[in-house]
Amino acid sequence: MKYVDEFRDPALARRLADELRAAVDPARRYRLMEFCGGHTHALARHGVLDLLPPQVHMVHGPGCPVCVLPVGRIDMALQLALERGVTLCSYGDVLRVPASAGQSLQRAKAQGADIRMVYSPADALQIARANPSREVVFLAIGFETTTPPSALVIRQAAQQGLKNFSLLCNHVLTPAAMMHMLQAPPAAADDAPALDGFVGPAHVSVVIGSAPYEPFARRWHKPVVIAGFEPLDLMQAILMLVRQVDDGRAEVENQYTRAVTREGNRVAQALTAEVFELRDSFEWRGLGEVPHSALRIRPAYAAFDAERRFPLQYRAVPDHKQCECGAILRGAKSPSDCRLFATVCTPENPLGSCMVSSEGSCAAHFSYGRFRGTAVVAA
Amino acid sequence: MKRDASVYLKPLDFKRGCIEMNHGAGGRVGAQLVAQLFAPAFDNEFLRQGNDGARLPVPPPGHRLVMATDAHVIAPLFFPGGDIGSLAVHGTVNDVAMLGATPLYLSASFILEEGLPLQQLQRIVASMAAASRACGVPVVTGDTKVVERGKGDGVFISTTGVGLLPAARDIGGANARAGDVLLLSGSIGEHGVAVLSQRESLQFDTEIRSDSAPLHTLVAALLAAVPEGAVHVLRDPTRGGLATTLNEIAAQSGVGLRLDEAAIPVQPQVAAACELLGLDPLYIANEGKLVAIVAPAAAEAALAALRAHPLGAGAARIGEVVADPQHFVQMHTTVGGQRIVDWLSGEPLPRIC
Repeated sequence: MKYVDEFRDPALARRLADELRAAVDPARRYRLMEFCGGHTHALARHGVLDLLPPQVHMVHGPGCPVCVLPVGRIDMALQLALERGVTLCSYGDVLRVPASAGQSLQRAKAQGADIRMVYSPADALQIARANPSREVVFLAIGFETTTPPSALVIRQAAQQGLKNFSLLCNHVLTPAAMMHMLQAPPAAADDAPALDGFVGPAHVSVVIGSAPYEPFARRWHKPVVIAGFEPLDLMQAILMLVRQVDDGRAEVENQYTRAVTREGNRVAQALTAEVFELRDSFEWRGLGEVPHSALRIRPAYAAFDAERRFPLQYRAVPDHKQCECGAILRGAKSPSDCRLFATVCTPENPLGSCMVSSEGSCAAHFSYGRFRGTAVVAA
Repeated sequence: MKRDASVYLKPLDFKRGCIEMNHGAGGRVGAQLVAQLFAPAFDNEFLRQGNDGARLPVPPPGHRLVMATDAHVIAPLFFPGGDIGSLAVHGTVNDVAMLGATPLYLSASFILEEGLPLQQLQRIVASMAAASRACGVPVVTGDTKVVERGKGDGVFISTTGVGLLPAARDIGGANARAGDVLLLSGSIGEHGVAVLSQRESLQFDTEIRSDSAPLHTLVAALLAAVPEGAVHVLRDPTRGGLATTLNEIAAQSGVGLRLDEAAIPVQPQVAAACELLGLDPLYIANEGKLVAIVAPAAAEAALAALRAHPLGAGAARIGEVVADPQHFVQMHTTVGGQRIVDWLSGEPLPRIC
């Protein structure tokens, strides 16, 4: 397939793997975090981890929107659907996220709640237009990639004077979470060694540009290389990071030049700024409260803010006591270090955030990589 | 199917009419639907017996009977490359064929939703009858029920198939052995993507057509080309796709499977649609493909036989069976790594970003 096969070419992959092996300093370790869950998924799905030299250790970051959505926020959506009787729309991935008391949106739907899977917020807006007597709420989640479409439907709803549409906003911000990864003091139980650099997200960077990562290089002396989602994109970005570390450089480099600019998509940024404003703090599943890490709807659009429209109770729900998601997200532990992993915590029965979606590090390891470390008998 | 009563009834209005509750009430109107639609479309000697069941001949000595049943619920009812009617025939014919049996007869149950346009039902029945004739497998008995509007999805069709199996033939999911070769009859993912492309909320322009097809002649050609006993497993990777089928086989046979990603045929348009939607073709449904696990000595002949048949022209050798106490399906990826190909978890849903 054009524009995809080129980025999965086995001969080029071998060449990049050879270059990487030649570039690494055998005496040191390179701890690189791919922030984005799409990258975590791509590394596992394409078996890229097998092509990396043993010195390169990839730490799977918190950039999986479904994973970091706290249970308490899903509980709020369930309150809307079950107690307020609204038509609740969201992305398919969100529907199966476990909520409190064995509940989930999918289960609530089976129990009779009006819950619809949509492919975009525009579909939710259309449902609201077609059903003027129903309250329709779009459960919005995601990073900077999915924020502009949410902003757009709010603006459209305002322009069209819709009275029955609102949005439960859970949009979160990539740079704030990256900052948190660097600032958060290591928990007493683990002392995660410092990260050597970041693989910057692909689609998020298309929207925000590469400039927001510059403080990581300047202030924190961490190299950032923005990468596309294909296996060769990732390998090249990892090579660029290794070279920066070897040279003692800390710069923002852009491997994904076919889509990302320094400024990003200004139209999308302006739209987002018009409709949304920064929250003081927001809970991230696995990370806890992260300051200035999420958006809420501006007062000018309060009529379309489900949190203002309905009296909703937010109650933080702690993860399972033995869940190691926090340590895994900080890179202090790997999924197989967790006693719950693949025993009681599986993609069918996720207990912690990293198992919730295929982009979470535990789910990716479970679904694609759990053969590692088990004996394989050849025929 | 019951015969018509001899009182005047206005003929069915196939242009503007629709299914009403009394079509399923067992009265004259229901009998009229059978007489004017189902009976002429599916007409055969068994249906003409006119009873609530069909009397069938005893199988010849040295044979066993196999029976398979399949319920068909699909939205939309019509999709590029087929509809629920042809699918209901192919699905069950294929289930019978995957045991190495020759499909002989079908039954068909229709659950119709009040309000279903008769024009649509007529199209579905015509397509189903054409598929049954093309397969040479008659619908010998049937039933119709009507449910209230909102309690069905237009039409549900349940079909059961009966087939004839030589007594010595043993093809089944538990028969894969380490060293066996894994063959796939063609490219994957077309049915699922074709259906997805027609969903109301997700319409996209594509020329991808469902691969829905009856596979019994392909199976016959394969079995004729290799010694009896050389084909160990046959499965059609329908719901859950190739990945699910292979995991079922690995678990049932107590073996591991090793795939070569580069060898698995995927049409460029299917690959493109899957990339766009964040889906993996390995988990997308097929309705006209089969997986054959064969003894290594017969692999070349089996592959050649598949390729010589129009429905197997794109056949490929995609991997092998290994001993693995964990029963993992593993894949050598195109870029040169390894990964597990796991069971499907939940429904295959498009990714968010």
